[in-house]
Amino acid sequence: MKTLNILRSAFRALQRNKMRSFLTMLGIIIGVAAVIAMLAIGQGAEYSVEQQISALGTNVLIVLPGSQQTGGLRVGAGTMTNLTDDDAQAIQRECPAVGLVSPGTRAGGQVIAGNLNWATGIEGTGPDYLEIRKWSVEYGDFYTESDIKAAAKVCVLGKTVADNLFPDSSPVGQNIRIRNVPFKVVGVLSRKGQNAMGQDQDDVILAPYTTVTRRLTWFPYLRQILVSATTPSNIPVAQSQIADLLRMRHKIAVYDQDDFTIRNQADLATAATATTEILTILLASIASVSLLVGGIGIMNIMLVSVTERTREIGIRMSVGARGRDILMQFLIEALVLSLLGGTMGIILGVTGSSAISNLAKWPTIITAFSIILSFGFSIAIGIFFGFYPARKAAMLNPIEALRYE
Amino acid sequence: MIDRRTVAGSDGRVISIDHIVKTYVLGEVQVHALRGVSTEVHRGEFVAIMGASGSGKSTFMNILGCLDKPTKGTYVLEDIDVSKLSRDELAIIRNKKLGFVFQGFNLLSRTSALENVELPLLYCSMPNKERYDRAAEALTMVGLGDRREHYPNQLSGGQQQRVAIARALVNNPSIILADEPTGNLDSRTSVEVMGIFQELNSKGITIILVTHEPDIAQFARRHILFRDGRIKSDKTNATPKKAQEVIAEMPLIDEEEEA
Repeated sequence: MKTLNILRSAFRALQRNKMRSFLTMLGIIIGVAAVIAMLAIGQGAEYSVEQQISALGTNVLIVLPGSQQTGGLRVGAGTMTNLTDDDAQAIQRECPAVGLVSPGTRAGGQVIAGNLNWATGIEGTGPDYLEIRKWSVEYGDFYTESDIKAAAKVCVLGKTVADNLFPDSSPVGQNIRIRNVPFKVVGVLSRKGQNAMGQDQDDVILAPYTTVTRRLTWFPYLRQILVSATTPSNIPVAQSQIADLLRMRHKIAVYDQDDFTIRNQADLATAATATTEILTILLASIASVSLLVGGIGIMNIMLVSVTERTREIGIRMSVGARGRDILMQFLIEALVLSLLGGTMGIILGVTGSSAISNLAKWPTIITAFSIILSFGFSIAIGIFFGFYPARKAAMLNPIEALRYE
Repeated sequence: MIDRRTVAGSDGRVISIDHIVKTYVLGEVQVHALRGVSTEVHRGEFVAIMGASGSGKSTFMNILGCLDKPTKGTYVLEDIDVSKLSRDELAIIRNKKLGFVFQGFNLLSRTSALENVELPLLYCSMPNKERYDRAAEALTMVGLGDRREHYPNQLSGGQQQRVAIARALVNNPSIILADEPTGNLDSRTSVEVMGIFQELNSKGITIILVTHEPDIAQFARRHILFRDGRIKSDKTNATPKKAQEVIAEMPLIDEEEEA
């Protein structure tokens, strides 16, 4: 029997029981719509987390000094005083997978501008810091290589600091005093917002690390070295190159532990996206349960239909329908049900998701993948749950089927 | 269309049946439905198979119709030994060589007369146009050319049975098998239906009819009587009744009853 003819008779058989066909499809419609909406919500969440994390600069590595150990007492990461400017320069020079390097140190303190003051953190950085952090200057300039060499008393204000110290005027060109050391403001950073932990990243002042070391902390070692890998996929290579280099430079014996730590923000990124991915999978699997229930509904109705139409099956067999003709007929009916349901479910899911976006202001993303997935899922359900009733029909004995009342 | 007769055996035999046995096993009891039946049917015959219920005539009909397989013995239909064929092969034989007419009409409900007649042709590949034309022609042959789009519930019993006959005809079968075709019809309509069978038979179509009504069997030219799973008698009916003539007499009878 030609496929087109089977399709036509399948549609006709479904039309005969419009209400029943619709209710059967409703199971699939709701299931598919739920899967699509849940995937859209989950992927929306995933996307916004990813956005936040990539704002950090995901190919960034942070080299920290190791933990100080006195006898058996270890006081925590970053307490060792062994990371030097030379280390930073060597990393830049000798690790091919490393792109940019910014030596860093840190100070805190009260900052005074005119009659206003503000307590904030002062980051000592190299000239490439902004590029590594994917950050930019909104007004004015950033300090240069020569400012760093000269340990010039210049600084760049974060947006929050600028707003608090210079509420009405432009800070660029003005003088401020950090812990009573005068600095000239050369620029203001663009707004970066909160980081993944909820800290305000704009509440900061950036200054040459040489200046911070010599004028504010009087601590000749680096607190951290910020490194970017040439590409995000090069992060592990850069990490091992840096580790090898520093072990050599710090003369660490083969069996001894590192005296530094290399942190990898990709870990944080993957951890955060993994969490939301799990959330997405969880939501989608709950939704797919309803799809499964819809499939069972199809099977139920197809079984009823096979029983009701036993005589029809007998008639068809007596005029020459083979088992596989009957099998195809019922399988295609089940498929038409699930495909129609799937299509309507996709429409409902897509409109539902955008309604959620608009009403609840929740980001939703509908990917081609989720549509293909749920469409494929409904085909699979049609075949899987349609097969048993169709096979039952195909195996009927024509004599008994003809006699069936 | 109907002139394209399928080829019978070289000696004109359509059916050769040799010592067919059919035994059903019901639990531990063996039911011998057929206990060795042998016969032949030639092209163009009009055979009535008769017998009481339980005589094995229905089982015989199912085997003739390739709906069932004999336990033992051979059944050759137009040079093909169908007693050895698989389920699917039997379906193809039914599609190409056999036409069925049942007591209960067995039309698909909510399906037009024309589409009911088209049904056998759906299971052999054929262009839609040709299928439509052949179905329309078969309906015209049974006198329902103007009822193509009627549904079975819009047709009388006799008309429904004529649609079923058209369906049996449409694939140019070697034989038409009719199982109590008049069982659900009043006497006048029964004779009309027999008239259609006689007309088809006169065009050379082989017809095998199962009936328990002697009146109906009188329209056939050969009577095979079954008893206890065997053929009891096989006689030629030298003077079959002519349906045309019987109908011509019938209105008088009706008028007498009313008077």
